[in-house]
Amino acid sequence: MSAGAALAEVSDKEPGKVQPSVINKRKLTPYLLLLPGVLWLAVFFVVPMFSLFGQSLQTGSFEEGYEQTFRFANYTEALSTYWPQFVRSFVYAGIATLLCLLIAYPLAYCIAFRSGRWKNALLVLVIAPFFTSFLIRTLAWQTILSDSGIVTTTLNTLHVTDVMRFLGLTEGDRLLATPLAVITGLTYNFLPFMTLPIYAALDRMDPRLIEAAQDLYSSPWTSFRKVTWPLSLAGVVAGTLLTFIPAAGDYINAQLLGAPAYRMIGNVIDSQFFRVLDYPTAAALSFTLMASILVLVSLYIRRAGTEELV
Amino acid sequence: MTESSPRQPGSGADLNLINVTKSFGDFVAVDDLSLTIPSGSFFALLGPSGCGKTTTLRMVAGLEEPTSGQILIGSEDVTYAKPYKRPVNTVFQSYALFPHLDIFENVAFGLRRRHVKDVKGQVEDILELTELTPLARRKPNQLSGGQQQRVALARALINRPAVLLLDEPLGALDLKLRRQMQLELKGIQNEVGLTFVHVTHDQEEAMTMADTIAVMNEGRVEQLGAPVDLYENPRTTFVANFLGQSNFFDATLSDRSAKVVTATVQGQRLGVPASRVYSPGDDVHLGVRPEKLTLSIQGDDSIPEGHNRLTGIVADSSFIGVSTEYRVEMAWGMQVTVFEQNVHHDIRIVPGASVVLSWDPANTFALDASQSVEAGIDSEVLEAVVGAPA
Amino acid sequence: MSTTTEAPSKLAVTVPPARRPRGPIRWVRAHIIQIAAAAALFYMFLPIFVVVAFSFNQPTGRYNDKWVQFSTNAWTDFCGVNGMCESLKLSLIIGLLATLASVLLGTLTAFAISRHRFRGRSGINLLIFMPMATPEVVMGSSLLALFVTLGIPRGSSTILIAHIMFCLSFVVVTVKARLASLDSRLEQAAMDLYANERTTFLRVTFPLVLPGIVAASLLAFSLSFDDFIITNFNSETTVTFPIFVWGAAQRGTPPQINVVGALMFGISLLIIAVGQIVASRRRKV
Repeated sequence: MSAGAALAEVSDKEPGKVQPSVINKRKLTPYLLLLPGVLWLAVFFVVPMFSLFGQSLQTGSFEEGYEQTFRFANYTEALSTYWPQFVRSFVYAGIATLLCLLIAYPLAYCIAFRSGRWKNALLVLVIAPFFTSFLIRTLAWQTILSDSGIVTTTLNTLHVTDVMRFLGLTEGDRLLATPLAVITGLTYNFLPFMTLPIYAALDRMDPRLIEAAQDLYSSPWTSFRKVTWPLSLAGVVAGTLLTFIPAAGDYINAQLLGAPAYRMIGNVIDSQFFRVLDYPTAAALSFTLMASILVLVSLYIRRAGTEELV
Repeated sequence: MTESSPRQPGSGADLNLINVTKSFGDFVAVDDLSLTIPSGSFFALLGPSGCGKTTTLRMVAGLEEPTSGQILIGSEDVTYAKPYKRPVNTVFQSYALFPHLDIFENVAFGLRRRHVKDVKGQVEDILELTELTPLARRKPNQLSGGQQQRVALARALINRPAVLLLDEPLGALDLKLRRQMQLELKGIQNEVGLTFVHVTHDQEEAMTMADTIAVMNEGRVEQLGAPVDLYENPRTTFVANFLGQSNFFDATLSDRSAKVVTATVQGQRLGVPASRVYSPGDDVHLGVRPEKLTLSIQGDDSIPEGHNRLTGIVADSSFIGVSTEYRVEMAWGMQVTVFEQNVHHDIRIVPGASVVLSWDPANTFALDASQSVEAGIDSEVLEAVVGAPA
Repeated sequence: MSTTTEAPSKLAVTVPPARRPRGPIRWVRAHIIQIAAAAALFYMFLPIFVVVAFSFNQPTGRYNDKWVQFSTNAWTDFCGVNGMCESLKLSLIIGLLATLASVLLGTLTAFAISRHRFRGRSGINLLIFMPMATPEVVMGSSLLALFVTLGIPRGSSTILIAHIMFCLSFVVVTVKARLASLDSRLEQAAMDLYANERTTFLRVTFPLVLPGIVAASLLAFSLSFDDFIITNFNSETTVTFPIFVWGAAQRGTPPQINVVGALMFGISLLIIAVGQIVASRRRKV
């Protein structure tokens, strides 16, 4: 189940099943219906990818103009300079995704099985923050984690920051401008994307399966491991994809909550495009990011097929 | 294009299917079907799932197109007409009530599309007929299954179609409600005089409600007739097994010119009326229904002259209340089912007792041995009794 | 031989009755899920509280990150900040236009995919999925590359084009989900009751898909209104609200930004809550 559907119509039934129309004689109809939308995507999504690839092989400069030279060396150069940022992006995104999973799963579980009358209210609460500008919310994290704020001073007094510094998550006495802050922001931003697909998968599950497992001598933890978790896996995978992919390309959290030492690849691409004005390098980095994401997606499709995607 | 004769409101019309075939790719769902359903009758299409009955119904409704053949309503050829151009209405299996409209608007839907005057009056009348008046402004999801079923019926009936199609409409109801609705439907059909075509897999339901039943199997009609005819006079093992139950003995016929033909079963000579022999060859399945059999203890003199007799040992007995079901094992290993109404309870007839099975030869029928003895038996029931296929 | 059930045996008297386990630790263990869920919700709403709270702040410096004193200044002097209201207006207009276009295109596409079998279906599914799975940096930069190559100047129109593009997929997914839950037999029933294809669509299909279309519209609008990365890449000097906030993050964050955030939260909460109530009213007795 895709998150888009989960985001908007969470109380819905089975998606994806094709119901052929009653008198389906005109074979041209689907193509006509599809035409505008598909055309738009083709022109403004697919073609730009080719543009991007083309641009990544050019040489020149902003002042003198760019020339198509099929210079694949752009890629090797860009990667050799910026591979730390790539690695950092994937690491941060990975940690954030994991944290998201740990936080979102109990929430989704609670809404699906333990909420009774409050189910719809809780779903409203999960979705509502999503509609508030995420830039503003991230700025709020700046306030929350600010050096003189309650959170920082409390953690300092409790010496928790010392532990975190030891782990390399923070620096000095600050929480802001540290990897910790960036990861916190990333985790926060994508929580709804992880919660809703998991909730949708759990909601479809028959709760009596858990009862059956308990009847057959399994403890709560074992019931979870052997019954609930495998059945919710589809939602977990969907949530993971929808969290990890945008997180890897994010640069807002890194910019607002991090520091130059903790730049992610998104920051690099942004600065290459707008400050350094080195379009080919920027395009090369962007395309590489896209390619690595595609690898992930194709692995997923190989397992699950395309019907459940949309 | 033939002119359709003006119909009186409330009168049905003859429904004619002529050589209708429907295939989905390689699969033939309906195979060269020809049927005439007389106007004003309550007709049932009976058969197991997958036999083509629902497909046939949908072709009459216009929701499927036949691959070949003709469908005539009265004198009008409607084979390729769109559903909204046919004087046919359907009561769907899942009711298909419009969830966004209330009951009144659901029922009025067809009238409004036909721009009929006095919608209000007609809707109120039919709601009264189906006892739905207090629910008129509720939404479908606020109604019980039985109430929804009646709305579906009212919605179709109100248009007084030439043919009213019912696609297993009682399937989702519990037993008591189903029985009640069966009688109600029959009553309504009598009252309004429309042609009803009822599709079902429940043979008891078909026999209760219909004037005429067509038993379908694998896209074809196996036998057509009144319920009593089909039941007492089955012509194929499928019909014999699908309607009620039958016991079959492997037998060989001789002396076929006589009024009562001799059938030899394991050396025993039994009689079967010549009018009930439906087999070209002499090798037959000799059939008798369990309720026609009588059990008596060996040695008793109570069996009338001329009755067929076979001996066996009681293997099992189940008290059902109205009757007792016995399983009697014959000398050659075959198990015969017997239903005895609990009028006199012979306490000597217990598992292990040696008994004599007897019956009036007039209740016997003989069917072509080339047909499968298991045709028409629910495969799940078969597995439970005989064991899963190897 | 008759057997009567004996009265509760002497055994019950000698074995002490089992005690129902109690205690605070037990309570925590039994409710661990609810506690975790509450913590998660707290985590989700903490920034929202801060946003709303600090909209009532009167900062002394350029940045609104320390509580100074309570003041409703930001609310009363809403457009007092240079350029904010203009950027809001632009975001609203682009949002509405993008919603209109993407809902139209997306609904048509959703109908095509849901209702028809055709060749290339899996390819189309993939095409629709990809924008949802592509990082915004990549989508933004690739569109920029296209516009630069074609020599198209970046501004409101390029922003609009980009927004329609990425909203499309979400609309398709949302409407498709709604269509999937629509029983096709309802349309068959309508035709059985003398409604032709057009009437069936208008009177049965469309009213039943409408909630999905409404949900898709809300989703598309908020995605468009809130978008930063793709917009930033394709806007040059045009300023939408998110771009304004981004600039403010460097220059100085006035509390009016928090006011907008609080309003956005309040309005969307209201809309969703109303939607839920309407939906549940349709299901209740």
